[in-house]
Amino acid sequence: MTQQAGANVAAIRLEFRNVTRRFQGRGKAEAVTAIESVSLQVRDGEVVSLIGPSGCGKSTLLNLTAGLDRPSVGEVLVDGQPVTGPNAHVAFMLQKDLLLPWRTIRENVEFGLEIRKVPAAERKSTALAMLKACHLEGFPDHYPHQLSGGMRQRAALARTMATDPTVVLMDEPFSALDAQTKMILQKDLAQTLSSMRKTCLFITHDLAEAVALSDRVLVMSHRPGRIIEEIVIEIPGRDNPLIRRESPMMNGYLHRLGELLDLAHAKV
Amino acid sequence: MSDSARLAAIGGLLLGIVFLAVWQWVPGLLGVPPFIIPPASEVWNEFLYMIANERVFFHVGATSLSVIAGFVLGALLGMVVGYALGMSPSAEMVLSPYILALQIAPKVAFAPLFVMWFGFTVYPKILVAVLIVFFPVMVNVLGAVRTIDRDQINLARAFSANRLEVFWKIEIPASMPALFSGLRIAATLAVIGVVVGELVGGNVGLGYLLVYGQGQANTAMVFVVILLLTLIGLVAYLAVAVTEGRVLHYLPKRDFGAR
Repeated sequence: MTQQAGANVAAIRLEFRNVTRRFQGRGKAEAVTAIESVSLQVRDGEVVSLIGPSGCGKSTLLNLTAGLDRPSVGEVLVDGQPVTGPNAHVAFMLQKDLLLPWRTIRENVEFGLEIRKVPAAERKSTALAMLKACHLEGFPDHYPHQLSGGMRQRAALARTMATDPTVVLMDEPFSALDAQTKMILQKDLAQTLSSMRKTCLFITHDLAEAVALSDRVLVMSHRPGRIIEEIVIEIPGRDNPLIRRESPMMNGYLHRLGELLDLAHAKV
Repeated sequence: MSDSARLAAIGGLLLGIVFLAVWQWVPGLLGVPPFIIPPASEVWNEFLYMIANERVFFHVGATSLSVIAGFVLGALLGMVVGYALGMSPSAEMVLSPYILALQIAPKVAFAPLFVMWFGFTVYPKILVAVLIVFFPVMVNVLGAVRTIDRDQINLARAFSANRLEVFWKIEIPASMPALFSGLRIAATLAVIGVVVGELVGGNVGLGYLLVYGQGQANTAMVFVVILLLTLIGLVAYLAVAVTEGRVLHYLPKRDFGAR
């Protein structure tokens, strides 16, 4: 199932091969190219962030990976298999928690498993374990509206992890939270990702978040979105973004990214 | 019971007593004759008389059953059409002008037509109720299905849900609040539909008693019937509101109007 390229190189979990996605304009409107010739690879256990100006096609990238959309040109592969539709290997988490208000927190976490026809008892034990991992042990029978924004986002993370996906896609998952909650959730996410050895593609506007959480940061240009730079983050301790934020190397990366994004703007 | 709730209950009771007292004595003092506004006591006596001589509970039962039948059928039809149109935008585009026309047409105007078609049976009044109940339910369901958060549907799809699962697990529960606000309106409209059907013809139901009382210039009887119809409408509304409270228990606490 996985492609083992060599002893030292981890398997490639997610790959974009020269992917372009155009959207047909309505009526006489011109076709819009959301992303153009995007190639990227995310290896097993890696966390890769995508940053770029708004409208650079980040969400398109996410939809392509989740199988909700198809590329116009090129190929998207998960575990070496071309993505042809929604599949069990990928799960996503958005800025909106998308908790279903009519389900309890536990039932929300079970949602993906339920659709996969996992037996009820197994669903329940998985959901409870996930809630524990996400520090929500006390709340399985609460309804979403009874939880704070941060707790709801934790529940969304539990739901995302419950189906045990190979690749986790995150689209600005913490951007609606206050700064303090955000830092705590970033730390929890980093620990969850590293303890579960999940591969993650993380879309964000927050440069510090991208640097603190990732092994690599990919910078995208303005529409049509292309990847203009790849920055490998060499600060140790990816599982603790709070410590990483304190690193003297942090400012260098932020400065570099800021420059790149200005450069991307100047191209328009 | 909290203090404010107790105060509200006492206030409500007092208001009721004041209202009955005003009804009983003020028209007489102002010189309004009893055949225009019969006093409360006379209306109550008329009610007792009607129990003994006019089979009033039979008529109440007949009207109530028709209301229930019309409401259930109309609501089911509204839901089926609402969900069907909500899921196929192209069908909705084709049908929307006709639906709009039908929605604007005063439904009660169909009552004489239905009597001509089905005679003095239960069918015309149930049909008027079905027609009048159908629209608020359908329009609310359709609106709700069309405005469901796309991301919720994408979430289900990303977990490989098929069309049917999206329908049962997302679209149906997501549209419940809108469906219930449609049903609340429909519950009171169903009473109107049935009464109009009964006014137009037949010798069964409170609508018939209304016409009968009018024919005999029996104002008190008309008052009794109006009150009974209000009671039926209130019970229907409360039944829907209580069901709504049960079904939508997951929503943040809000005033359900009747709890």
